[in-house]
Amino acid sequence: MFDATHALPALPGVGYKAQHFAPIMADPAPVGWLEIHAENYMGDGGRPLAQLRALAERFPLSVHGVGLSIGGPEPLDRDHLARLKHLLGWLNPASFSEHLAWSTHEGHFLNDLLPLPYTTDTLARVCAHVDEVQTVLGRRMLLENPSSYLAFAESTWSETDFLREIARRTGCGLLLDVNNVFVSATNLAYPPRDYIADFALEEVGEIHLGGHDTDADDFGAPLLIDSHGRTVADPVWALLDEVLDRAGPRPVLVEWDNDVPDWPVLAAEAARAGATLTRVAA
Amino acid sequence: MSAAAPGPGVGGGAAPALRAPRSIFGKMKDCETAFRAALLQAEAPVPRGLVDGLGRPAGRRYAVYRNNVAVALREALETGFPAVAKLIGPENFAHVAARFLRSSPPGDPRMMFYGAGFPTFLAGIAPLARLGYLPDVAQLELALRQSYHAADAPPLDPARLQGLDEATLMGARLVPAPALQLIRSDWPVLSVHRFTLVAGAPKPAAGAEDVLVTRPALDPQMHLLGPGAGRFVAALLAGAPFGDALEAAGDGFDLSATLSLLLSAGALTDLFLPRP
Amino acid sequence: MSKSIKTAALVGAVAASFAATGVAAQEQEKCYGISLAGENDCAAGPGTTCAGTSTVDYQGNAWTLVEAGTCTEIDLPEMADGSERMGSLEPLERDLPEA
Repeated sequence: MFDATHALPALPGVGYKAQHFAPIMADPAPVGWLEIHAENYMGDGGRPLAQLRALAERFPLSVHGVGLSIGGPEPLDRDHLARLKHLLGWLNPASFSEHLAWSTHEGHFLNDLLPLPYTTDTLARVCAHVDEVQTVLGRRMLLENPSSYLAFAESTWSETDFLREIARRTGCGLLLDVNNVFVSATNLAYPPRDYIADFALEEVGEIHLGGHDTDADDFGAPLLIDSHGRTVADPVWALLDEVLDRAGPRPVLVEWDNDVPDWPVLAAEAARAGATLTRVAA
Repeated sequence: MSAAAPGPGVGGGAAPALRAPRSIFGKMKDCETAFRAALLQAEAPVPRGLVDGLGRPAGRRYAVYRNNVAVALREALETGFPAVAKLIGPENFAHVAARFLRSSPPGDPRMMFYGAGFPTFLAGIAPLARLGYLPDVAQLELALRQSYHAADAPPLDPARLQGLDEATLMGARLVPAPALQLIRSDWPVLSVHRFTLVAGAPKPAAGAEDVLVTRPALDPQMHLLGPGAGRFVAALLAGAPFGDALEAAGDGFDLSATLSLLLSAGALTDLFLPRP
Repeated sequence: MSKSIKTAALVGAVAASFAATGVAAQEQEKCYGISLAGENDCAAGPGTTCAGTSTVDYQGNAWTLVEAGTCTEIDLPEMADGSERMGSLEPLERDLPEA
């Protein structure tokens, strides 16, 4: 059985989809690890957990939460945190990550990663939540930069400084979603390379890639949507080159959640990430 | 600093010194409350304080979040209730789902369990009243999903039922598997479900149907129950002893067929014998 | 009494017939529909849809089956198709077994 206690390898991984179980078990190349969404494995039993047990025997796993609402103004949902602790307890994955976002409000889960203002007060709140998560789970977590479609007028912190300070205060690591960087930079009119230059790359334990859609705002400016429904865009691959040149090899994940293709298409995306990793390591 | 400072900061590191007064924190919570409230109210104005990268009003950028929430929840209902969606057609389903998700957003982050209140909700929608079977079809789809995610449990070894004397058998309690679900409908609920989703399935005939959902391994299966079997299984699920369940089943009940089904499908997990 | 004795014998017979039954645990997935129902992910939906911004009155009771709340215009051919499918199921008589 695979020793899951060490970190994710600096290899390409993919977001696991149930429809890919058979091809992955038959021939996972070039994929070296898998990421699952925590909430999909919080049922009591059946096929999802049976598949996860089988995957855990062969692959390093990353558990990626989408429901903790770490960026929200309300206390964390203790029941949900307990479910997460249970999952991580028996699975013992190589990594756990969540989002700089909120999704729950007054007991209602909105199933979207919603934005927060970056202020000194929200910083304190997010740090308190990250502290609580790491304490309850008894492990370090990674926090992911979001895709932004708008900004809050009252924000007084840059996102990169905000994330760096969270990592400094809580000891958490960061998950750098390069597609999110490109989406947010385009949507909010700043150069994505500046964001990368300002990002705390030394804290990055994992990198995400994914496809986005293109729309337009009221003024006709491009508005990119983080849809995870197509191949990774070329400028995002270029940004990955830049990140890996600066940071060195890291685990790189390809996410594809909508219009999920057959396995070979996703494997080809992972292979492209693998080629970049090979070039950087050389 | 610029008002909108989402990007790489011009001197963002200096910002922590600007400690916001407590009153700002209150305002911020209000801002997030407004953000949440307007998400599910299309007629509400875009909350104040949201801007684009140049500090202009966010406008339809906010609609991205509105759409994400509405689409994600509607799609969860569509995938969870495919027969209902097909029965009423995509436009009608979109409307009904939009009403449901606004009145009943998920209560926790596990989307796999979203929609438990949907069958009851459908029963209360007046224009759907002439599709009287619709809530029961939704209940059957919900039962399939609950069965799929139910706890694993090793099946009862049938050998344990052999050789019991009558008093022991009649007082014994059979324990249903966590994945066992029973739908008792006034309508031909299974026939409607099949007719809707299975190509070439026969047209439903009028009549009540009791449906058992079992999960022999990892895939839920639906079984049409014969006369009395619904009452028998309902009694077992309520914890009644075997003899009482048999009595509840009434005349015309085929014990052999029902027991065969329950045992072969792994729908029973244990047997508690009465105290001698 | 004689009925329950017969029952005990019947139960024993049924049990014997299943004593050797095993279940193939690794059989192929047959329920993709269910496995994909209500999956969590972290992707955004299509940005151009008006699902969240349609100003149809979702609270009111003015809605009818043929006047479905749509984002743009009601697609009549498709609606007609949907209505026909519904109409093809005849009203079903209630036949509730008396417990």
